[in-house]
Amino acid sequence: MTYIRHIEHENIVHRCFRCGYCKFPSDYSDFNCPSYKAFGWDTFSPGGRMWLTRAWLSGEIETSARFAEIMFSCVACDNCKDQCVFPRFKDFLPDIFQETRAELVGEGRIPPGVRDYFKAVAISGNPYKLPQSERGDWARGTGLKPFTNQKHLFYAGCVGSYDEVGKRMAQSVGKMLVDAGLSVGILGSEETCDGNDVRVLGEMGLFAELAQANIEKFKAKGVKEIITLDPHALNTFKKDYPALGGVFQVRHYSEVLAELVKKKKIKLKAYPVKITYHDPCYLGRHQSIYQAPREILKAIPKAEFVEMHRSGPDAFCCGGGGGNFFTDILGTAEDSAARVRVREAAETGARILAVACPNCAKMLSDAVKMENLEDRLELLGIAEILERVRK
Amino acid sequence: MSDIRKSLVDIVGERGVSDAPEELWFYSRDPGVLAPHRPDYVVAPKTTEEVQKIVQLAGRENIPVVPMGNGMSLAGLVIPLKGGIVLDMKRMNKILEVNHMARYVVVEGGTSQGALKAYLQKNHPTLRHSIPDAPSTTTIAANVSLHGQGRLTNQYGFNSDMVTGLEVVLPTGEICRIGSPSIGPYWISKGPTLPDLSGLFLGWLGCTGVITKVGLKLYPNKKIRDAELFVTDRVDLIPHILYKLTHLEMLEDINVWFQPKPLMFMGNYHITVFFTGDTEEEVEFKRKMVWDCLQEYMDSKDGGFMSIQYMKSMLLEMPGRNIADFADVPKGGGFEYSGPIAPIEHFPQYAAKVVELAAKYNVLYASTARLISGGHSMMYSISFAFNRSDTAMMERVEQALTEATAFALDMGGIPWKPNFKEQKMTLEKMEPNARKLLLMIKKNLDPQGIMNPGNWEVNS
Repeated sequence: MTYIRHIEHENIVHRCFRCGYCKFPSDYSDFNCPSYKAFGWDTFSPGGRMWLTRAWLSGEIETSARFAEIMFSCVACDNCKDQCVFPRFKDFLPDIFQETRAELVGEGRIPPGVRDYFKAVAISGNPYKLPQSERGDWARGTGLKPFTNQKHLFYAGCVGSYDEVGKRMAQSVGKMLVDAGLSVGILGSEETCDGNDVRVLGEMGLFAELAQANIEKFKAKGVKEIITLDPHALNTFKKDYPALGGVFQVRHYSEVLAELVKKKKIKLKAYPVKITYHDPCYLGRHQSIYQAPREILKAIPKAEFVEMHRSGPDAFCCGGGGGNFFTDILGTAEDSAARVRVREAAETGARILAVACPNCAKMLSDAVKMENLEDRLELLGIAEILERVRK
Repeated sequence: MSDIRKSLVDIVGERGVSDAPEELWFYSRDPGVLAPHRPDYVVAPKTTEEVQKIVQLAGRENIPVVPMGNGMSLAGLVIPLKGGIVLDMKRMNKILEVNHMARYVVVEGGTSQGALKAYLQKNHPTLRHSIPDAPSTTTIAANVSLHGQGRLTNQYGFNSDMVTGLEVVLPTGEICRIGSPSIGPYWISKGPTLPDLSGLFLGWLGCTGVITKVGLKLYPNKKIRDAELFVTDRVDLIPHILYKLTHLEMLEDINVWFQPKPLMFMGNYHITVFFTGDTEEEVEFKRKMVWDCLQEYMDSKDGGFMSIQYMKSMLLEMPGRNIADFADVPKGGGFEYSGPIAPIEHFPQYAAKVVELAAKYNVLYASTARLISGGHSMMYSISFAFNRSDTAMMERVEQALTEATAFALDMGGIPWKPNFKEQKMTLEKMEPNARKLLLMIKKNLDPQGIMNPGNWEVNS
């Protein structure tokens, strides 16, 4: 069957010069595009995707498993958008890649891992294919109550609800919020996937269904303010939901905890340890939240905070964005993003690698094991560290 | 799987070989205007030994080999004109040694300019290399192999003049060290006092072997860099101004540029003068020398210094990220330039030619000249932007560039990184015995003609 391909920003794709600035951080110290770093072909760089997209739209190349792999290996970290030297169209690069993936979804030519992810979310409401009834089990023992009319909804997300590493992070945050006296509740078994990664992977119909269902549910329950565990959820709640009628006040948990620490609602004791911090792409580059996690870590008495060489807007992604957390197209070879990132963390001499995203936590904790760094580097969520140091 | 593919996989592993349509399509072209040509394989080696085995295989099978850095020459120099294997060298990117006292670095050929800059800033902040204006992804070996230039070219010559030794895989597959590293452990000279064999590879665009390691001179990285911008509307004065500036013998870099857009630049010639110092006193002294040197032109009201506060960071940036932006002026993602090396006294004729060609072919121009070796010559860039979705415009740019090269050759200039057509034009102009010598070298080094064929092909 011949497809007439069309993407919204197709009038821009020919404007890429493929100069390659998009592959780097601002100081050029290493490649900062996870898929280029992992695969090493120019086709897997943002410029490569731009040129191939143009060739594909014009019919010079056909849809293939390789083309899909190239497009779906993008982790949507937004480094290319920040580093591209063309101010008049740089902001649209991630959109172009997402639109191309959406076209591939429309053609039904997507990698098996992506297909399975969509199916799991569509059928089970989560990518783990676990029962909806178990979604709120993580909250046992935290003191969190079902959302009724509390001031805040704490939204855990799929990883925080089902993954072991994610659940530990969610539990720590939950305890902190409860113990600090916040009026907060959870949806538990009524919570469903936020859809951020579904949207990034291009399944726009499924995303719209998820988002609409969430918005209706939030409204029906009187939710006004949301605290998210997951920066991915934060991103879509803030960027995409308003256009669908879902306007809520949304904050990431690190922002809330930073405020509680500052107001001494959470008091800290000395903890003489060296800590570094990994910026999640959806918290940092996507939402420009860089300081809140650092304020918390720097407030710990006697702790020494140290930055990795690539940090803040230059941070290297863990490789788990853009759905790759589930689809694993980047793989786990030596140059996979998570392994590169934990080596970079270890180079700082830090004993603790702090994270603020459950996806990053899982990716990086697996990488710590693969790199045999378990004796040198402990991976902890920001709230897990706070649990350890609060008075 | 074909035997050749299997052999390549045996050498570099499955992740180092591709004959997928996507890679073949991408590696068949560069961002310039030349037509693409598909390779048969794209191969990404990680070691010299892998390069050696690939070249030996290519020799046995009589397959072309085209070594490639980032493919940003814009002149189609790594388009595989006769198919074969494109060697993507960017996985060979280790920085192997910095000799701080002797001020040189040894890198693998695929090391990017950006990575070397970052490495030196972090580990040897008092040292720098001559950073070209090309994007930071461009590689060290590719740059010296096409006689690239950079920020220190006014002071020290072409970047290839800064080479202190090479490791090369010959077309026979033999690994050969060039210069002092062929004698001992130090990468301190590419040739002198020996016969300088580096000339068998520098400027040859991969037609005589694959450069796998490069020794490169480093220079003092002064604490402060600054710039002044002198503007005149009298093109006839430019050679004299450049002559006076180079007489100072203290400037980092000198660029002359003019362009019709934005309109505030139209009709004027801009001379950007870069200088450095370790103290404010040193910088101010150099600034005063620059001003004093050009005082006569200010007195005669033929020119003056322009405030650069709003564009200073852009001017001082290395590499200049804004340079790529020219490609988007016609909202089309491309530009290409002819960059003849010419005497500075010819600046007015070149300046007139670029305007004439832009009008004749209805294309947008920008022009920048960089002084080389204190003014012995200049690289005169005749740049035309194009819209990649407008094939007629691309054809006009190609014609304009060909005419620019013909003009440069008529003027006694030599083309910089000429494409294969311009190479032929150059060879036709070349004195017969010099051409014969080139033929002898090429035939002896690469008797099968497998190295980047189509480039520097010398017909007897």
